[in-house]
Amino acid sequence: MSIGLTHYLLLSAILFSISVAGIFINRKNVIVLLMCIELMVLAVNFNFIAFSHYLGDLSGQIFVFFILTVAAAESAIGLAILILLFRNRSSINVEDMDGMRG
Amino acid sequence: MEDIYLTIVLAPLLAAIVAGLFGRQIGRAGAHWLTILAVALSCGLSIYVLMGIVVDGDPVFNGTVYTWADIDGLHMEVGFLIDRLSALMMAVVSFISLMVHIYTIGYMKDDPGYQRFFSYISLFTFSMLMLVMSNNFVQLFFGWEAVGLVSYLLIGFWYKRPTAIFANLKAFLVNRVGDFGFILGIAGIYYYTGSMDYWQVFQQAPALTSQTMQIFPGMDWQVLSVICICLFIGAMGKSAQVPLHVWLPDSMEGPTPISALIHAATMVTAGIFMVARMSPLFELSTTALGFVLVIGALTAFFMGLLSIVQNDIKRVVAYSTISQLGYMTVALGASAYAAGIFHLTTHAFFKALLFLVAGSVIIAMHHEQDLRKMGGLRKYMPVTYWAAVVGSLALIGFPGFSGFFSKDALIEAVHLSQAPGAGLAYWAILLSVFVTALYTFRMLFLTFHGKERMDRHTREQLKESPLVVTVPLVLLAIPSAMIGWYTIEPLLFGGFFGDSIRVLPAQDVLARLGQDFHGPAAFVLHGIKGPAFWLAIGGVGTAWWVYLKNPGLSQKIARRLKHPYELLVNKYYFDDFNEKIIAAGGRGVGRFLWRIGDEKIIDGGLVNGTANGIAWIAQRVRGIQTGYLYHYAFTMIFGFAVLAGWLLLRG
Amino acid sequence: MFQDILFYWIAFVVVVAALGVISARNPIHSVMFLVLAFVSSAVLWMLLEAEFLAIVLVLVYVGAVMVLFLFVVMMLDINIQRLREGLTRYAPLGIGVALVVILEIAHVVWFKAQGFSLGVAPEPAPADYSNTEALGAVLYTEYVYPLELAAVLLLVAIIAAIALTMRRRPGLKKQDIAKQIAVRAEDRVRLVKMKTEKDQ
Repeated sequence: MSIGLTHYLLLSAILFSISVAGIFINRKNVIVLLMCIELMVLAVNFNFIAFSHYLGDLSGQIFVFFILTVAAAESAIGLAILILLFRNRSSINVEDMDGMRG
Repeated sequence: MEDIYLTIVLAPLLAAIVAGLFGRQIGRAGAHWLTILAVALSCGLSIYVLMGIVVDGDPVFNGTVYTWADIDGLHMEVGFLIDRLSALMMAVVSFISLMVHIYTIGYMKDDPGYQRFFSYISLFTFSMLMLVMSNNFVQLFFGWEAVGLVSYLLIGFWYKRPTAIFANLKAFLVNRVGDFGFILGIAGIYYYTGSMDYWQVFQQAPALTSQTMQIFPGMDWQVLSVICICLFIGAMGKSAQVPLHVWLPDSMEGPTPISALIHAATMVTAGIFMVARMSPLFELSTTALGFVLVIGALTAFFMGLLSIVQNDIKRVVAYSTISQLGYMTVALGASAYAAGIFHLTTHAFFKALLFLVAGSVIIAMHHEQDLRKMGGLRKYMPVTYWAAVVGSLALIGFPGFSGFFSKDALIEAVHLSQAPGAGLAYWAILLSVFVTALYTFRMLFLTFHGKERMDRHTREQLKESPLVVTVPLVLLAIPSAMIGWYTIEPLLFGGFFGDSIRVLPAQDVLARLGQDFHGPAAFVLHGIKGPAFWLAIGGVGTAWWVYLKNPGLSQKIARRLKHPYELLVNKYYFDDFNEKIIAAGGRGVGRFLWRIGDEKIIDGGLVNGTANGIAWIAQRVRGIQTGYLYHYAFTMIFGFAVLAGWLLLRG
Repeated sequence: MFQDILFYWIAFVVVVAALGVISARNPIHSVMFLVLAFVSSAVLWMLLEAEFLAIVLVLVYVGAVMVLFLFVVMMLDINIQRLREGLTRYAPLGIGVALVVILEIAHVVWFKAQGFSLGVAPEPAPADYSNTEALGAVLYTEYVYPLELAAVLLLVAIIAAIALTMRRRPGLKKQDIAKQIAVRAEDRVRLVKMKTEKDQ
């Protein structure tokens, strides 16, 4: 069967759900949490590029451009926060971070 | 003429205001002179007006003096209707008020509230005059309420006494019950006739005879019957008919002058006056007349019985008043309105006289009111004694005295009446003659005859009361004795009341009685042969036998007839019923609504309950904020999965 | 044909790498797996004729962001022992939800997309097609405002990251250039008139 849009979309769906599963499964490591978010972004980018190719519209790729920018900025700041957390708590265990408990 | 009427009404009002507000400035003498002059002016002018109407044949005055409000066809005005009925009432009211004013100088000599008292009794005179001179229902109601208010103020005059405060509130509340019926009646009149003016209502009344209304679905009631009964309920409250009579004995807590003025001669007669005034309406409803008749008969007989067992001299006279008011009501119910008003007039004189006699005795006995501690006073207080004898003879209807004429005419009229309940009423008032004589002479013998039962200190101070007390006694004794002889023929049979009282020819018992009337002397002779006289003599004899000849016999009888005696002493348990069931019930309902309705349901459930409920929900919801990031992420994703699933399933 | 095989093989690598990210015990291994995932994705993007973005992915994402991750992972002193516990406690739930999401997306993509003729690949672009040029033509004309905004966003992110994590060590001596330049002669030098010393 020739590769169609559906395949790429399915691939991105699989990637997305793997990262979703990763968010649940991983309880111990905030860094893996951040990496799962990067995976999610990758999955979404896949979607955009696939649609851009199959519909012949360059807007998808432009959007991916911007998503990459923002994701980079976001992970930089996320990691900065992580470092601060580690400085203060000496732990990156997710279960230790319940300071926002109501 | 309008100025004269205005003066009659406003002079006591102005005196009351000045004496009330500036009492301290004008002093005691100033207060009593001012009010007495004002009331004397009213009295003089009232008699002048009366003479004008009766002798000179002045026309009836029916006019508006001042329009207070005119709302969408409802005219609220101050107006006067001066005809024979109201002129007679004005004269009676102002004369008795004047006597009481003069008497008060002596009675309230040592009281710190001297000026306040004069202000109140002048205010009362104003209110009562407004009531009797009114030509529309609104002013009638104003006067009605105003006399009730002043009665409240006066019963509780010695406001530091708890019994006085209890009594004045009781009077006001029981009157309120009556007033409720009264205002329903007035509302009915306005609804069905569209006017508050007497003349217009009376014109339209015959047209209403066929109309019916439904208060409870399915039961048709005649409009006029309902209205008249409602109006009479107001009269029941004001004129102390059973069961709204309970306030009058308690009203004896007030000073004796006001017992004489308000609760014997004037305020309590407002109800009788009102029914007589509304005779064009009452005549058209035999149901209402029957109701009036039965209530009056019950009151006359059963309240008379209560008078026999009272030991307070004022209470004896109080129950006697209620009983005599029952007589007047019976007359009204038998369509003998003129006889009722005639008895009202004579009763005003001799009952006020008896109250003032009681007051004179009380002054002499240093405010001792118990009959069991009196006796043999006639040696010390001859004027008071002879005034008492005149009053007593008038009350029992001894031939020749004024009370005889009014009472016997009344009894004969009821005997001739065909109204429903007239038979019962006749026997009730006939037997009451015996009872009346019994209690009246019981009081007379226990107070003025027999062994002296007071302590030595009081006996040494016994003397006749001062002139300001005895002169009014004499001035009241004269009409009590004589007025009946001269006025019975014109009043009852001579068409005195003319158009002010309307009687349907079929029900006109007085006309029938008039056919047999051959002058006062013949009436006296006829009366001596009649049952009423012999019953009265029997009553006097019984009183002499029980209380004078065999003292101690009354206690033996009381022990033998224990249950009837207990029933009478407890006033047929009316007071207990009112206090324990109605008053306590009302308080209980109030407490229930306060504790449970207000505190538990509204405050606890709605106000605090919502706050507590919100706090409770917040407590539960707070558990969702775990603080763990992955919980939040999980919730988001889970929510997304559900949302997507729902969208997919929905198609 | 070649493209199909390539697609399946690279897709397989991507999925395995993703699974490796979430299941690796050592965080360094996780980062490495993620790098593998990104590089494989870059290849796939090239298949989709998005060459510029593919290279950008490798350069920026792998080259900068992943290196950053590595720095952080190596810098933090992580207790690996504790991290091993509880890994499989929530596994069923997580896998369950993941499966549900996949099924939902698959349902949408496969069954709902019957009307679309998207199974057909478009014609490949001509050999002198420059993806970069095409992107640039669109980016600097239609999307120039978002471009500038993205630049500002990056600036803000830099400042934010620095502001968050900068530590000032106490006791550190630094030069304050502003103060140095603002010095006035009167603050440093004081001219005093003195009596000359006489020769003894």
